[in-house]
Amino acid sequence: MTQSLTPGRVFRLTLLSLGALMFLAPYIFMVSTAGKDQSEIFSASLSLIPQHFAYVANFTKALTRVSMQNLLLNGVIVCGLILVLQVVVAVPCAYAMAKLKFGAARFMMALVMLGLLVPIHATALPLYVAFDKLSLLNSYTALVAPFSISVFGIFLFLQFFRAMPDDLIHAARLDGMSEAGIVARVIVPNAWPAVTAFAIFSVVAHWNDLFWPLIVVTNQSYATPPLGLLFFRAAEAGDDYGALMAATLIITLPLVVAFLLAQKRFVEGITMTGLKG
Amino acid sequence: MTVFSLRDIRKSFAGNAILKGVSLEAEAGEFIALVGPSGCGKSTLLRIVAGLDHADSGEIRIGDREMSKLTAADRNIAMVFQSYALYPHLTAGQNIAVPLAMRKLTGMQRLPLIGTLLPGQRQICADIQRQVQAMAVSLKIDHLLDRKPGQMSGGQRQRVALARAMVRNPSVFLMDEPLSNLDANLRVHARGEIVDLHRRAGVPTLYVTHDQSEALSMADRVAVMIGGNLLQLAAPQAIYDDPSHIEVARFIGQPRINLLPGKKDVHGIVQFGALRLASPPDAQGEANVTLGVRPEFVRLRTEGQGALAARVERLEFLGSEVIVFAKLAAIGETMLAKVAPGEARGLVAGQPIGLDMDPAHLMLFAQDGQRLPATPVSAVLRETAHG
Repeated sequence: MTQSLTPGRVFRLTLLSLGALMFLAPYIFMVSTAGKDQSEIFSASLSLIPQHFAYVANFTKALTRVSMQNLLLNGVIVCGLILVLQVVVAVPCAYAMAKLKFGAARFMMALVMLGLLVPIHATALPLYVAFDKLSLLNSYTALVAPFSISVFGIFLFLQFFRAMPDDLIHAARLDGMSEAGIVARVIVPNAWPAVTAFAIFSVVAHWNDLFWPLIVVTNQSYATPPLGLLFFRAAEAGDDYGALMAATLIITLPLVVAFLLAQKRFVEGITMTGLKG
Repeated sequence: MTVFSLRDIRKSFAGNAILKGVSLEAEAGEFIALVGPSGCGKSTLLRIVAGLDHADSGEIRIGDREMSKLTAADRNIAMVFQSYALYPHLTAGQNIAVPLAMRKLTGMQRLPLIGTLLPGQRQICADIQRQVQAMAVSLKIDHLLDRKPGQMSGGQRQRVALARAMVRNPSVFLMDEPLSNLDANLRVHARGEIVDLHRRAGVPTLYVTHDQSEALSMADRVAVMIGGNLLQLAAPQAIYDDPSHIEVARFIGQPRINLLPGKKDVHGIVQFGALRLASPPDAQGEANVTLGVRPEFVRLRTEGQGALAARVERLEFLGSEVIVFAKLAAIGETMLAKVAPGEARGLVAGQPIGLDMDPAHLMLFAQDGQRLPATPVSAVLRETAHG
């Protein structure tokens, strides 16, 4: 697609580029810092390109001083468990609310709305006390359980399922499927765009979450990546910002790569579920 | 032999009665078309029969089994939906195989991976594949089996939907306006195919449509539903020639039937212009009645002749025939006459004419819409024509 560069277009492109630059600046600065050695970071001059490339040294420090594999593995386990549980709970729930008639449907809708309105910070303290009483602090359960029911997921799937034709479900019933069979064989295979979009939202949110792991985890072996960074800064790196930035880079990389790969799906999913403004 | 019957099916939504006691019986291998204007409850009735919805009261029998308590799957009823409702993520072949797989394979055998390891599963799957293939060949869609619904035309999707419904030998076949998403040419062609298919399968079929020409041309018997009541269930010819209710007469027939208001005196005599009809007298004495006559039984006469004086409003030329719209001088109603193009030659709008009605084809309806027996009082037509 070729378009001539009209003044309006130039203006728009400039504005968008400036915006993009503003959002990318911290990340670019992080990439740059990860390659500088200690003296250069604290020097008065500011340059984006390191004078002496210290990437190898910084990455070696980041990888050896804390158990980076452990952090990443924890991140994958926690995010994976959360995502699977959320989908397993939210899909049947949204199906029931979208396509089945039952007395409590309106009440459930109200609960979902309420759930959307209450932030995690409001329930954090009672949840912490409960996990403490159950002696479940410092465990995957404490990290995963509070997020297993995602009202956002229910809401997103609900919108998507409502658009599915009733006849499809009727046909499935006549063909002899149970309600669970309908969810597994008809709904889910046709809901991949919604599931993908939700997966991205969920994984991004929980991979980057610092608040909740900070509350329930003190043991390093259960630390998720952002929490690990915190430990790393406090205990290991001290003022070694080069190594810290290298570690941050390692931790953010999986999400960046995943987003770049699934970019098209991501946009599709958002437009399909009517979330766009 | 009655193989399928509905007795006094009632259903209301939020206080609105949608079905007001519908009863119907189908013989073995019969094709019944359920026709009516939109909102008359025909689709609701179909869904109740299918088990997708529950009636408030009433009985559904297939053979000698009472079905209304069974789930949709246990009734062994197949249905073709207006939107076809093919599974978009499965190919045509897989779509057709679904009802067979759900019936023949156990839950364990249907599981991916694990299922293929179970004994007997491969045998049954091969069996299903053979049936799907045979069905596809008989519907001439065997070249489409690997395509997904999104890659098929409307006509092809419709055939796949038919195949999916027929493949498991249902005891009753339901169709909910299966042709309404096809273009006009294809629709006429598909009519013949469905009738043909029904002949071969010999399964009693309930076919819902709002298109009266579909109903009249395809069905063994037509059931006319209006406002939640099944008003008449009869052969297409009888529905057209001998409607039992004024609503049936009004709904069936293109162009519509002529309906003229009239009065019946204490002796049961009804007078329309120079035309007289005898009907059994009412107990209450005088009564309002309606006279019905189909446009093809209205004859054009020159001015001053015929039973009714009228004025031509406009003409509609349809090729093999002409529809003449004529306003009656006495009551201001517009009457339609369907005549051969030759008869209408030279007519212009505004021209005064006379109209006669074929006395053998007059229908009389009571105020509540019920059909009344009526006989023309002899030779009235001739006499008045000259007097």
